[in-house]
Amino acid sequence: MAQLNLVQAVNDALRSEMQLDDRLVILGEDVGVDGGVFRATEGLLKQFGPRRVLDTPLSEVGIVGSSIGMAAYGLHPVVEVQFSGFLPPAFDQIVSHAARIRWRSRGRYHLPLVVRAPYGGGIRSPEHHSESPEAFYAHVGGLKVVIPSTPADAKGLLIAAIRDPDPVIFLEPKHIYRAFRQEVPEGEYILPLGRAQIAQEGDDLSLFAWGAMTQIALAAAEELDQAGISAEVVDLRTISPLDAETIVASVRKTGRALIVHEAPRQGGVGAEVAALINDKALMSLQAPVLRVAGFDTIMPLLQLEDYYLPDAGRVVRAARRLMTY
Amino acid sequence: MAHLNLVQAVNQALLTEMARDERVLVLGEDVGLDGGVFRATEGLYEKFGPQRAIDTPLAEAGIVGTAIGMAVYGLRPVCELQFDGFMLPAFDQILSHASRLRGRSRGRFQVPLVIRAPYGGGIRALEHHSESPEQFYVHIPGLKVVIPATPADAKGLLISAIRDPDPVVFLEPKRLYRAFRQEVPEGDHAIPLGQARVARAGRDVTLIGWGAQVHTALQAAELLAAQEGISVEVLDLRTLSPLDLETISQSVEKTGRVVIAQEAPRSFGFSSELTALITERLFLHLEGPVVRVTGFDTAMPYFSLEQYYLPDVGRVARGVRQTLSA
Amino acid sequence: MVKSSKTRTGSRKPVAKPAGNNRQDHLWSLGPPVEILRPDGRTVAKEEPDIAADDLLKMYRWMVNGRVFDERALKLQRQGRLGTYAPLSGQEAAQVGSAYALEQRDWLFPSFREHLALAVRGQSWSGILLYHGGSEEGGRVPEGINNFTPSIPIATQILHAVGVAWAAKLRGDPIVTLVYFGDGGTSEGDFHEGMNFAGVFQTPTIFFCQNNQYAISLPRARQTRAETLAQKAIAYGFEGVQVDGNDLLAVYQTTRQAMEKARQGGGPTLIEALTYRLGPHTTADDPTRYRQDEELQHWQERDPLIRMRLYLERRGDWDEARETALWEEAKADIAQSVTAYEQAPARDVEEIFKYTYAEMPWNLQEQLADLRAYLQESGGQLPE
Ligand SMILES: Cc1ncc(C[n+]2csc(CCOP(=O)(O)OP(=O)(O)O)c2C)c(N)n1
Repeated sequence: MAQLNLVQAVNDALRSEMQLDDRLVILGEDVGVDGGVFRATEGLLKQFGPRRVLDTPLSEVGIVGSSIGMAAYGLHPVVEVQFSGFLPPAFDQIVSHAARIRWRSRGRYHLPLVVRAPYGGGIRSPEHHSESPEAFYAHVGGLKVVIPSTPADAKGLLIAAIRDPDPVIFLEPKHIYRAFRQEVPEGEYILPLGRAQIAQEGDDLSLFAWGAMTQIALAAAEELDQAGISAEVVDLRTISPLDAETIVASVRKTGRALIVHEAPRQGGVGAEVAALINDKALMSLQAPVLRVAGFDTIMPLLQLEDYYLPDAGRVVRAARRLMTY
Repeated sequence: MAHLNLVQAVNQALLTEMARDERVLVLGEDVGLDGGVFRATEGLYEKFGPQRAIDTPLAEAGIVGTAIGMAVYGLRPVCELQFDGFMLPAFDQILSHASRLRGRSRGRFQVPLVIRAPYGGGIRALEHHSESPEQFYVHIPGLKVVIPATPADAKGLLISAIRDPDPVVFLEPKRLYRAFRQEVPEGDHAIPLGQARVARAGRDVTLIGWGAQVHTALQAAELLAAQEGISVEVLDLRTLSPLDLETISQSVEKTGRVVIAQEAPRSFGFSSELTALITERLFLHLEGPVVRVTGFDTAMPYFSLEQYYLPDVGRVARGVRQTLSA
Repeated sequence: MVKSSKTRTGSRKPVAKPAGNNRQDHLWSLGPPVEILRPDGRTVAKEEPDIAADDLLKMYRWMVNGRVFDERALKLQRQGRLGTYAPLSGQEAAQVGSAYALEQRDWLFPSFREHLALAVRGQSWSGILLYHGGSEEGGRVPEGINNFTPSIPIATQILHAVGVAWAAKLRGDPIVTLVYFGDGGTSEGDFHEGMNFAGVFQTPTIFFCQNNQYAISLPRARQTRAETLAQKAIAYGFEGVQVDGNDLLAVYQTTRQAMEKARQGGGPTLIEALTYRLGPHTTADDPTRYRQDEELQHWQERDPLIRMRLYLERRGDWDEARETALWEEAKADIAQSVTAYEQAPARDVEEIFKYTYAEMPWNLQEQLADLRAYLQESGGQLPE
């Protein structure tokens, strides 16, 4: 076992899969010589050569669109888009084609394609570098959306995404790229997509989070614990398809639900989680489902970003409100 | 009053505003000489000339991106994107710029821009011509999202959208373009954005729809009233963002039961946001789960199967019965 | 209801001209890059360029200010007093020559590296620092200065520049727009769409490409197979020129010509300024990973500031004492701007919500009120 941080675990997953699968190619801006702006592809060009690690021109449509062709031909492209804020130029290729080619061709063509992008706020960066766009992709049938929250999960989920026969949008919480290290299993280590993880068990309420917010939820749970409130923290890990079973089981147990996310609240993933709970567990609820989310504004620049991102205090405050019901 | 169908009402709104305000212009693919593929811009080229009814090259990012510049400069461009599915190449311009320039410039630059597109299924069209992408835009702060369900609303809301100082995504249910006619007030007829409409008053259940689903909902309400004596209140949202939560609350406080009819795929759609808001704020009024009757989490099927995808009167009525049995 | 307007359409249908009719022969071959000054400060031609001495000195002053600002900003970032910053050193001639050529009524569209061009047009250095210091207030361009706010998604601003030029043309206002982008920017779809619209509608737009040889780590040759970027204009039906981007006078003259042409209705021009980014891509970048020392040295010898100083000295307009005084003055100015930046008033959280819309809808009002309540409960600030 190696002690790795999250970005190293991503690198490890890529390396490990490239060794096992010679169809795997990496493409994107600055992924070769430079090793990626966050160093996620560091050393891969050297080890696997320029036929498998491709520095492309600066064009997200070009990168995603051509990787769709590569995937249809039988390669396993893993695309890096430099920041999730630069996915939108490729939006049409993702929504109109990546998500639909299996369906359109009745299974003749399918796309084992992964689109990776650093995701979320908290690194004090310029505009467009702190976006949380998961809800856009979750709303598109035919795509899977995965967001890891720990180094080990990043490795296990990325390998599963690479081996998945369908396109996966893999969003990496850059705020915690280097936040902490963890034992990460060497070699083939796979975590199934579509399964949430109980990051901490509890009885009084369920906190649902993903990505960097999982850490916030855990910190809030600790604070609540000191106040005698036992919070269960559920790390969704895969946003689409949602693990309805785990979500519902947790709410049935606790009777209270709180969803924490960075993205703007309106139309965010929290809405679907709340709606799902409404569908399948309304009668178990002792209190309304609450959302602690980013505001319905643009993500502010660095001076005010801490006010935008949910913190443990805001989560605790909402949790206490839930406990008054 | 003129007796108009929905696409004629759109045309009337454009004509009225272009005559009233010389800063208003339309641009898009085939909107000039051809009058638009659905004829929404018919006659504007003759009346206002090629400088105000502008045929552009075939490039959606180009249309929206340059219209952003025009709007910043002080014009009031109304872009037509030919179909809902072809809004996507312009997504970056809409998300990264149209919605944000006011914020980024602290109000120095404004984007009074309308992006119109024919929207939704039910016209037996090709792939990419029957999409319901409203949720993408609802999730973008800085945008307003408007979807009319009647000719009179189409005119009144489009006029307000054109006058609005912020960018508005205006989705026109193409299935209704020629479905029926209605009296539409002549001239200056503005309906404020952000206000829902009670399309039918009722006591037992609140049934929420927008666009073409409003009519499915109304038919379901008629059916349930006639055959089962169920009194359904139908709300036509008209503006999805900003949402008129007030009108929804009033209705739900009265009925305690909610059904939402939506054409778009179910998961992570607008009905999810509505459900979340209602369960959060009206929890103690609710007598059962909110029921969502929606499209499926798939691509919109080709037209031989599309009637199974689109919520129809039967499915919506079933949803209402389901809430009542909870 | 679709009334047949066939007969009427028939009469106004434009007659399609045979292809090739609007071919302009000069477009089909690009000359060598425009040069006025040699690296040693001598002029290429015998006669002096027709630029007033006062303008020469002002432009040189701007270049020095830009260099001082850049060095200071890099330091501030390293000290944690500024956010991510994209340095401009090496590109002073390209930015000053182009921005200075414009008239005040013209509009300028930066990407994210054009701090100096913005300053030349009248924006304050402290305001520019605010932007990089993570304050939205830094994006507020004062009324009367027709600079657009920075655009970070590559090449997207190209369309806005075309749109503003187009609107102005429709309104009969004789303004020109100039838009900056890099060599990497020419690979994006928005570059194509913007160039194409400008060609079709003959908008008064100057496409100013600062080809600084790299897009982060990717060298220019890996961006396009085309020999030059300027030649791309040919495909859109208008003129493209290459210019030595470290030659202030060549950049200035070329931009002025493009501007005058545009103002007289001659349509767009693509200018490719050949230059070099002497520093890292941004403060988050390590250029030693992808480029060689010798290359850097080659370009350091072609530093646009040195060339201009030598030229001014040759003309007899400049000497050591003035040079020293100019740098001292620039340092003092920039120091003052840094102080102003750091003394900017504290921000209120309402600024997150304001300007999302002209009027705040209920959800934003509610979220702001809730944030205020939260802060109050935690004693006025975010808990640690
Ligand atoms: C759409 C988009 N994709 C990726 C990025 C990340 N990025 C920032 S600068 C840059 C390189 C830009 O190169 P170039 O256009 O040559 O301009 P330069 O940096 O050399 O000034 C990249 C890839 C971005 N800002 N926008």
